[in-house]
Amino acid sequence: MPNLVGQLINLLASILLILSFAMLSQRRILSLIRLFTFQGVTLVAATILLGYSTNQPHLYYSAALTQVLKVMVIPTLLHRLINHLNVRWDTETLINIPTTMMIGIILVIFSFNLAAPISSLSTSIARSTLGIALACVLLSFMMMITRAKAVPQVIGFLSMENGLFFSATAAVYGMPMVVELGIALDVLMGILILGVFMFQIRERFDSLDISHLEKLKED
Amino acid sequence: MLVVLTVWLAIGTFGVLALHRFALVAKVFFPMGAAASLVLCVAAASAMGGAAEVAELPFGLPGLNFHLRLDSLSALFLMVLGGVTTGVSLFAAGYFRKGEGTPPGLLCLQYHLFLASMALVVLADDAYVFMVMWETMALSSFFLVTANHRIAEIRQAGYLYLLLAHVGAIAILLCFGVLQANSGDYTFNNMRAQHLSPFWASIAFLLALFGFGAKAGILPLHVWLPEAHPAAPSPVSALMSGVMLKTAVYGLLRVTFDLLSVQLWWWGVLLLSVGLLTALFGVVFSAVQVDMKRLLAYSSIENIGLIMVGMGLSLLFYAYHMSALAALALAAALYHVASHAAFKSLLFVCTGSVLHATGERNLGRLGGLIRYTPWVAWLSLIGALASAGLPPLGGFVSEWLLLQSFLFTPGLPNSFLNMLIPVVAAAIALIAALAGYTMVKFFGVIFLGRPREEKLAQAHDAGTLEKIGMLWLVAISILLGLMPSQILKAISPVIKQLSLFDLSPSIAANAWWLLAPISVARASYGPVIFLLGVAASCTLAYILVRLFYHGRLRRSAPWDCGYPLQNARMQDTAEGFGQPIRQIFEPFFRMERELPSPFDAQPRYRVLVEDPLWYWLYLPIARWVERISQWVGMLQKGRIAVYLLYSFLTLVALLLMAKQ
Repeated sequence: MPNLVGQLINLLASILLILSFAMLSQRRILSLIRLFTFQGVTLVAATILLGYSTNQPHLYYSAALTQVLKVMVIPTLLHRLINHLNVRWDTETLINIPTTMMIGIILVIFSFNLAAPISSLSTSIARSTLGIALACVLLSFMMMITRAKAVPQVIGFLSMENGLFFSATAAVYGMPMVVELGIALDVLMGILILGVFMFQIRERFDSLDISHLEKLKED
Repeated sequence: MLVVLTVWLAIGTFGVLALHRFALVAKVFFPMGAAASLVLCVAAASAMGGAAEVAELPFGLPGLNFHLRLDSLSALFLMVLGGVTTGVSLFAAGYFRKGEGTPPGLLCLQYHLFLASMALVVLADDAYVFMVMWETMALSSFFLVTANHRIAEIRQAGYLYLLLAHVGAIAILLCFGVLQANSGDYTFNNMRAQHLSPFWASIAFLLALFGFGAKAGILPLHVWLPEAHPAAPSPVSALMSGVMLKTAVYGLLRVTFDLLSVQLWWWGVLLLSVGLLTALFGVVFSAVQVDMKRLLAYSSIENIGLIMVGMGLSLLFYAYHMSALAALALAAALYHVASHAAFKSLLFVCTGSVLHATGERNLGRLGGLIRYTPWVAWLSLIGALASAGLPPLGGFVSEWLLLQSFLFTPGLPNSFLNMLIPVVAAAIALIAALAGYTMVKFFGVIFLGRPREEKLAQAHDAGTLEKIGMLWLVAISILLGLMPSQILKAISPVIKQLSLFDLSPSIAANAWWLLAPISVARASYGPVIFLLGVAASCTLAYILVRLFYHGRLRRSAPWDCGYPLQNARMQDTAEGFGQPIRQIFEPFFRMERELPSPFDAQPRYRVLVEDPLWYWLYLPIARWVERISQWVGMLQKGRIAVYLLYSFLTLVALLLMAKQ
């Protein structure tokens, strides 16, 4: 039985990684939000499975929190945001997508290499997924770097938080509840503030292209 | 002691409350501050020689109280502070005018905060209080310097001053860091207990020399002095030159002799040579200045150099365990601290009076003021005599003591030093002579001769409060000159504390009017006898002239030379007076000269003397800083993606490091 659960968690982890790659290569904002929601669902499933196999009831609470916040609230907020801003168009990347994918593969190899010694120390059932979790964080970071528009950057930021959450769950069965609640609130506040910020950017520059922010630099 | 500080702070606060009520601030608060200074001086004098008093004030950070300590060394500097500020505060009460720059109430706050922070620097017994007060002192004096902040040059001078003060403060902070030797306890008591290796002790000494040197104005770090002193109002220049520079001397003495447990002989040589160069540089530059306050500022650099020479010599003797001679050199340095404080503040407040009377700082537009402002002229004559190091005034005593201690250097067990140090003594004599030359120029060009401008005839003499302040400072100068053995006996606890040798028995062995620090057979000096001699010969000459000469008094224009077609502009000018020095010491200067051609109908002569160190040292540093900051600026592209890339690369690098 634990073996099966372990395999299932590994499967979910690989799904997360594939979703991250998908987000890295996705041009359309609406699909990006959908992918982000899928990521949230996968995260919830993995957390519940882990909680079930290790008898850690607090993992159920964090799963519920993730479900509410990342599967329901934030995607809704993002949908409303792009409706208000009227930015359903395709997004452009700074580096072309094949190159990005290549760099992404290098990052995955790097993070597996990095996670190997930590995994061997950990006693967690999900220890083999630590490399994947780390790769998710780095890939989302990549996405933030390569996107030229504000909304995909915000989604990259949120997905980075997903990766962080997953790595915490995988390595040490989640963070203390207080920390988790704190992070959840931070993410919520972050998205609200970034929403206001995006409205401001658009009002100022008639566009959400963040390259306009370069004008703010003092010479 | 603490009562006085509280009174000062209270006066400052009242000053802010009465921000624009000029009469109240000037005529009530400043004299009150002067009275508090007098009390401070007396209290410090009574604490001199007693056991060290320790106090712990419940201020500061939690668990880090203010430690204060009053020992003989602090008491001496407090006496100097109190004595000088009594006069300067009285003068300031009459000096500050309505509607110039900072409102009077604010000025009152800054002024008294400055006084209180200087007193607390001297009283501090841990690095924390010391640094806080040191910075308070720098900031309050910065605001005082920029009192007329609407003038761009004054703001620039203030900036330069603040910059060097902060660079120095960093060095002092690092010095304390070395001194506490990783024990985590920053009280001075703990630092005294640490035994540093010679290497770390040398690092601490060099840091202290740099840090305190930036405040005192030793050679490469002196550039702020000639800028800030002319910019500041005169009472503030008087305080900065007379007292604030001395807090730096105090700090250096405290670190070198008290906090460090070992003293190496080459520190003394370093201090001696730096002091000598500073003194020579200062006096040569002061001889060619045409702005009277710049002239005095360079003269301050010279005097600080002399004090450093005394300290260096003392350190040298001390390191070779010749404590009697160390005590003698130290006495010279400390005596010079006191006498310089008195006469330089006096000269600065006199320039303040001249400035108010004429509105001119340029020596080329002054002259003949002795007829219009006799009080200022005669009082500054005494200051100038003291500054020139002439007996029977204070400046002579310290220079005499210094040269006396140089006469004993052949006893040093190091043949190189034995050969070189007589050269230093000769250089000191040269500096003293040049200082005399400078003072002749200062006094002669401002007060003697004929007025160079029409408007000088309207010059008015100083007000009552100003006169009282100046008289007080004159009294201190004369007292320091006439009673050297009493004063040396009074400060001998300080010298004993630092050099472990008690001078008082050898002083007490002689008659009260005779100063003979080693023995009467070797050298002795009786200022009272000298004064009587001067007075007697002057009276005799006067009587003889009146008796044997025809007795008719003929008034004619000064420096006329029998030439009938002479006007005031044909007198010897400040530039002309400094010209020989400019020729002799030409390599010291960076000069720009415009000489008119003989056929020019309207000839103009212009000479600009600049400090070459600006070009050798400061401008290259400034260029480097600019270049480096441009490189750093290239990091800043203004693109969010690039910034994110930076943090991404940092993250990857950190992860790699964590993996190792």
